[in-house]
Amino acid sequence: MSEMGWTAVESVLKPGRYFLQGDETFAEGAIAAGCNYFGGYPITPSSEIMERICSRFAELGEGRAFIQMEDEIASIASCVGASWAGAKAMTATSGPGLSLMLENLGYAIMTETPVVVVDVQRAGPSTGQATRPAQGDIMQARWGTHGDYQIIALSPWSVEEVYTETIRAFNLAERFRLPVILLTEEAVGHLRENVDIPSETRIYNRLRPHDREPPFGQAEVPPMPTFGQGHKLLVTGSTHDEWGYRRTSSAEAQETLVARLSTKVTNHLDEIIEVEERFCDEDELDILVIAFGFTARSAWRAVKTAREEGTRAGLLRLKTIWPFPEEAVRQLALRSRVVLVPEMNRGQILREVQRVAPQARGYNKTDGEVIVPEEIGQAIQEVMRS
Amino acid sequence: MKSSTKTEGLTESILSYIRPEVFPTPFCPGCGHGILLGAILRAIAELGWNMDEMLFVSGIGCAAWIPSPHFAADTLHVTHGRSIAFATGAKLFNPGLKVVIIGGDGDLASIGGNHLIHAARRNLNLTAICANNRIYGMTGGQVTPTTPLGIRTSTSPQGSSEPPFDLCRLVVGAGAAYVARYSAYHIRPLIRCLKKALTHEGFAFVEVLSPCPTQYGRRNKLPQPGELLQSMKEECVSFPRAEKMSEEELEGKMLIGEFVS
Repeated sequence: MSEMGWTAVESVLKPGRYFLQGDETFAEGAIAAGCNYFGGYPITPSSEIMERICSRFAELGEGRAFIQMEDEIASIASCVGASWAGAKAMTATSGPGLSLMLENLGYAIMTETPVVVVDVQRAGPSTGQATRPAQGDIMQARWGTHGDYQIIALSPWSVEEVYTETIRAFNLAERFRLPVILLTEEAVGHLRENVDIPSETRIYNRLRPHDREPPFGQAEVPPMPTFGQGHKLLVTGSTHDEWGYRRTSSAEAQETLVARLSTKVTNHLDEIIEVEERFCDEDELDILVIAFGFTARSAWRAVKTAREEGTRAGLLRLKTIWPFPEEAVRQLALRSRVVLVPEMNRGQILREVQRVAPQARGYNKTDGEVIVPEEIGQAIQEVMRS
Repeated sequence: MKSSTKTEGLTESILSYIRPEVFPTPFCPGCGHGILLGAILRAIAELGWNMDEMLFVSGIGCAAWIPSPHFAADTLHVTHGRSIAFATGAKLFNPGLKVVIIGGDGDLASIGGNHLIHAARRNLNLTAICANNRIYGMTGGQVTPTTPLGIRTSTSPQGSSEPPFDLCRLVVGAGAAYVARYSAYHIRPLIRCLKKALTHEGFAFVEVLSPCPTQYGRRNKLPQPGELLQSMKEECVSFPRAEKMSEEELEGKMLIGEFVS
């Protein structure tokens, strides 16, 4: 059995520079993190992830299992089953598929099952535009499944970061025993860039019980046993006590469990939230641009241009989307005259920003095209004038 | 492997397979699921299997409670209809696990119907047991895809007007390796059949007609558990007997025995 907790392992890919596609790199990052189970269903623009995993598992051999399931509901279900059998499991999809996965995503939350879900966002709602990018699944990722819970969602802005954030997604899933969503866009999924693969990868393997330790309680993140090892596990999506017995009429069991599902995340925001600040160290900013994913690439270009023109502009890039980095936003917004949030949706992150920075304004686009630097440049000028 | 024990058939032979703290079971008086619970455990006892190597996966509904929490083994109690998909992942990653799926007709044949036929087609080494009471028991007695024509339910008060699935024929058509049907009445043949299903290579499917006096019987003039079980017995016809019966005589009968073995 693999070592528990943090450990450094040799990278699976030979160290060096690779020219890779975003989708392919989700597969490589997953393999580097120790992913050994993938259950998926074809959907544009994420299918390349499944295809790459399928052929790479075959190359790498023994101890890995790949399956194409009959739909997305079954895909994530099989991942949860595999995770309890000891696997590091992943599935990949796009908006319509994520919609189908949501009930079982909630099951993974309730049963505290590590699993990684990649959502390569395309233009919606519904079938929308399958080959066009969007950032419209932000709230679906956060609140899509019913009930009260915390979830982790990450957003890489480059192919290199697809690699590192996929590893981080697995580590967070194992560390906190929950599903982690990698929110990316078609534009990143189909982007080709250089990726530098290091010789070592730092990974986290879930903690296993030493003796008889309750799998669902006492500890903030309880150790997770594995099927087939004599634990006689009771795993259920119903409200349960620390040993997994259904407690469907106990107010105390419900409150204890639901509270812990949230606090095990909110008590550790420092471990989960990552943002990047660029040109944000001045005492006062004329404008702060807050962006994530592909849009942050254009925002970065636009911020540089604005600075060349004499505007004190800064960029706050959100790598962690959920839990929302509200403290970082609040602190920077306090020092910024204007805040602009460009995104490929009609204001899903903007409203989160406005909770802590009411002056924030949005630049929103939902035509299935990426936001280019000139648009953000123009939006900067407009919000500065107003 | 031991083939028999001193207590074979007696309750003592299976008590160690049940978590002691779970009694009484939640099943209604006269429910067939308790009989099936016993039959499954007796089959395992007669095979001499170690419950620590077994995983029981179940969805939502009365039948899903047969293994969870009763069985002293690993149990995975999942979302409605999806038990086979969860089981597929666990089995695929750890082929050493002996994985058994238990569910009702609503769970496995209605909301989970797609997973059922794909599991049969895929033919992984899984055993699925369908406790078919032909009604949604837990949610108040609604019609299911296996409710016979004319049967009254809370959503077919005039009698069901939709033809039911013949689950065994459906799963045979989808490619399962072992398919059989018995009722809760046919306890010894059922245990023999469960042993074969558990040890068979490929996807094995056992349908067990299970009486539900509370939701099914009371709406259909069979409120007494004994009468309902008796009517189930009379409804069932074995393959050799069926061969000697005319088409009219077979009308409304359920074939029991092995469809594929």
